[in-house]
Amino acid sequence: MLALSIENHRSRTMNFLKNPRIGFVAANSLLVVATAVLGYAPVRALLVGAGSVTAAMAVAEAVEATGGATAMPAAAPETAAAPAASDPSAARGPAPDLGLPVEQAVLTAPPQVPPPITRKYAAKVVVHLEVREVVKRLADGVEYLFWTFGGDVPGRFIRVREGDVVEFHLENSPNSKMPHNIDLHAVTGPGGGAASSFTAPGHSSQFTFQALNPGVFVYHCATAPVGMHIANGMYGLILVEPAAGLPKVDREYYVMQGEVYTAGRYGEEGLQPFDQEKAIDERAPYVVFNGAVGSLVGDNALTAKVGETVRLFVGNGGPNLVSSFHVIGEIFDTVYQEGGLSVAQHNVQTTLIPAGGSAVVEFKTEVPGTYVLVDHSIFRAFNKGALGMLKVAGPENRLIYSGKEIDAVYLGQAAAAGSDAQKREASLQAQIAEEIKTNPKIAGLTREAQVERGKRVFMQTCFACHQPDGKGLAGIYPPLAGSDFLRADRERPIRIVTKGLTGPVIVNGQTFNNIMPAQVLSDQQIADVLTYVTNSWGNTGEPYSVDDVRRVKAAGVSQ
Amino acid sequence: MSDRTNILNRWRCLGLAAAGILLAVASAAADPPPGMALIAAGTYTPVVRNQDDAASVAVAAFWLDARPVTNGEFLAFVRVLPQWRRSQVPPLFADGGYLTHWAGELDPGPQAPLDAPVVRVSWFAARAYAAWAGKRLPTTAEWERAAGAGFHGADGKAEPGFAAQVLGWFAAPTPAVFPAAGSGRPNFYGVRDLLDLVWEWVDDFNSAMVAGDSRGAGGNGLVCGGAAASARDPADYAAFMRAGYRSSLRANYAVANLGFRCARDAAAN
Repeated sequence: MLALSIENHRSRTMNFLKNPRIGFVAANSLLVVATAVLGYAPVRALLVGAGSVTAAMAVAEAVEATGGATAMPAAAPETAAAPAASDPSAARGPAPDLGLPVEQAVLTAPPQVPPPITRKYAAKVVVHLEVREVVKRLADGVEYLFWTFGGDVPGRFIRVREGDVVEFHLENSPNSKMPHNIDLHAVTGPGGGAASSFTAPGHSSQFTFQALNPGVFVYHCATAPVGMHIANGMYGLILVEPAAGLPKVDREYYVMQGEVYTAGRYGEEGLQPFDQEKAIDERAPYVVFNGAVGSLVGDNALTAKVGETVRLFVGNGGPNLVSSFHVIGEIFDTVYQEGGLSVAQHNVQTTLIPAGGSAVVEFKTEVPGTYVLVDHSIFRAFNKGALGMLKVAGPENRLIYSGKEIDAVYLGQAAAAGSDAQKREASLQAQIAEEIKTNPKIAGLTREAQVERGKRVFMQTCFACHQPDGKGLAGIYPPLAGSDFLRADRERPIRIVTKGLTGPVIVNGQTFNNIMPAQVLSDQQIADVLTYVTNSWGNTGEPYSVDDVRRVKAAGVSQ
Repeated sequence: MSDRTNILNRWRCLGLAAAGILLAVASAAADPPPGMALIAAGTYTPVVRNQDDAASVAVAAFWLDARPVTNGEFLAFVRVLPQWRRSQVPPLFADGGYLTHWAGELDPGPQAPLDAPVVRVSWFAARAYAAWAGKRLPTTAEWERAAGAGFHGADGKAEPGFAAQVLGWFAAPTPAVFPAAGSGRPNFYGVRDLLDLVWEWVDDFNSAMVAGDSRGAGGNGLVCGGAAASARDPADYAAFMRAGYRSSLRANYAVANLGFRCARDAAAN
């Protein structure tokens, strides 16, 4: 075995010597040669050759502690032996210590924001942020491998005070596939910290910066391919609170927009890979708030009470699109545009938030209800997911908002013309529906399961117009609850969902003249949502099956 | 690899036989080395290069392991060379992550099945293993050339399913326990798992020149450096990500999804 070891090592040493890529430091060369001569296991022998095992081990540990950049052993390729000064990612030891009080940063997952900073002096704030690559829900039935700062999209909200010295630790989970770094727009320095935080999986990097400028800043990963890292969810916000603090408000929330470029189209189920071509072409299947369709809807909606002042820190990770941020039913009392906190704009309807930028919006809630957060580049809201909700509870104030006062029939010029035809068709369709009813098909799912799934589709696709209670909006969006128009024809809803519908139609005696676009849903999703609609809010009906949907679609084609 | 090294390799084989250890390294035979596939001579076109570098480089024919090195094989290595055991290796040659997923020093255990690819090994350890096995690590050019092959031809980019396979790996999380090495679909050369199992060390990993802040490409004199902005071809930007990954490594890193496979000069046979 000894001979074996000698030969093993000699062979290896010869390999090193023969390799033209390898540059030797003379002293190390000697060690290697000495090791070869000694013919013993390379490591121990090398260290003995250095003089003292203990001393050499200490050196090795010191090299380890500094990232091993400046003292690679002889065998490392020559690029590893480059001097630290030319390698921005090389570890350079701790920054000067100003003797500031030290505290650990409180980080929050969206939509929460850390509490305001009350201290009146600068501190050294230690931030630990872990990069994790995790499969998360993008939409119902749709999953995506997000790359995250802290496990969520957007990343953890960081709050520091103007003048603070921030000791930043970026930790890349051992399970990560990719190296990552962080560029904080709050950093004054090359790359915003990116060059100092490039971190392989299972490693961590530390760098320190002083928060010189107050404001709300985006941070993001800047590792190649940068666009992909951002598109995969690697963005978040850091607030550098002005030394004097921000005006007190009742609620603070964290909302951040971003696009997701999936290989599949919107709603296509399964684990979706990233699509570089769509990203380059800026054709995003998804534009979402807080990392997923519906992340701020239903039970996850933001909440407030009447009379409270709400502050939203709104970021836009991009990677490509500029947001036209708007809250339906509210006027922003104050907007700090582009995240700068020194100039306040007032009475704003919609504020632009650039990719890689932010805004702070504040408003006092006056009347109860559900206020809808949208990107008012509006197809993104209703067809790509950029929609959230703020639910405001409290007493009504009819002086400010009356609610609906009068509901009267208004017949436009052409309203009557189409109605007879509609009625005749409705009558014929009712006969067809009756025929179908007498020949019931067994759906693969129980009605209850289908209703549950259908509800998800409804809350993702339909509720914004037809309303969560199915009552629609008088004169604009027809009701689905108790709708004679739906009851009259079982197949009609399938056609409407798959092909869209251009008015006028009469529903429960009211005429609606509007346009509903065709919806991009799978056959199963259509069957589910129609089963939900026809079995909710007092409606009762047979469940829809995928076969029903396909048959009606096929009939449409043959016509 | 030189003739001189070759002689040493043969010599070592004799030593191994004398020690009673049977190793299927047919360095003196004309037959293909067991478990290795021949990658024909050709060229490699890097996605990232220095301005002074040629647009493409010639790659001589070489042998490449048909699958990554397994835990079982690495166990045999550390049995023979105790200095590469978890408790023995100094941090200079392997960081604190080295083989930490093994149940024991000489017991891979349930997290590291014997037939699964070995991971959490440093470049030094991988290189030592290769030398012990009478082989070497492939160069970036060699590895990329082998990985660029599709299922039916030497140019994977020309095949429809190829890009999807490459990108599918990036969309899937790292499994807690890796499946058996060699279970992937063989490519044109008969090599498996290059693009869909684990990252793999290459001999000159440190020549990957993607800067820590990848947007600073201009300052480094790199061509096509800036975040793969021009890489529309999925196969290209996957290659760019591999370059970025390699540039994040240091030679003593032991990473949870980074293994290796070995190569040999074709002339050796």
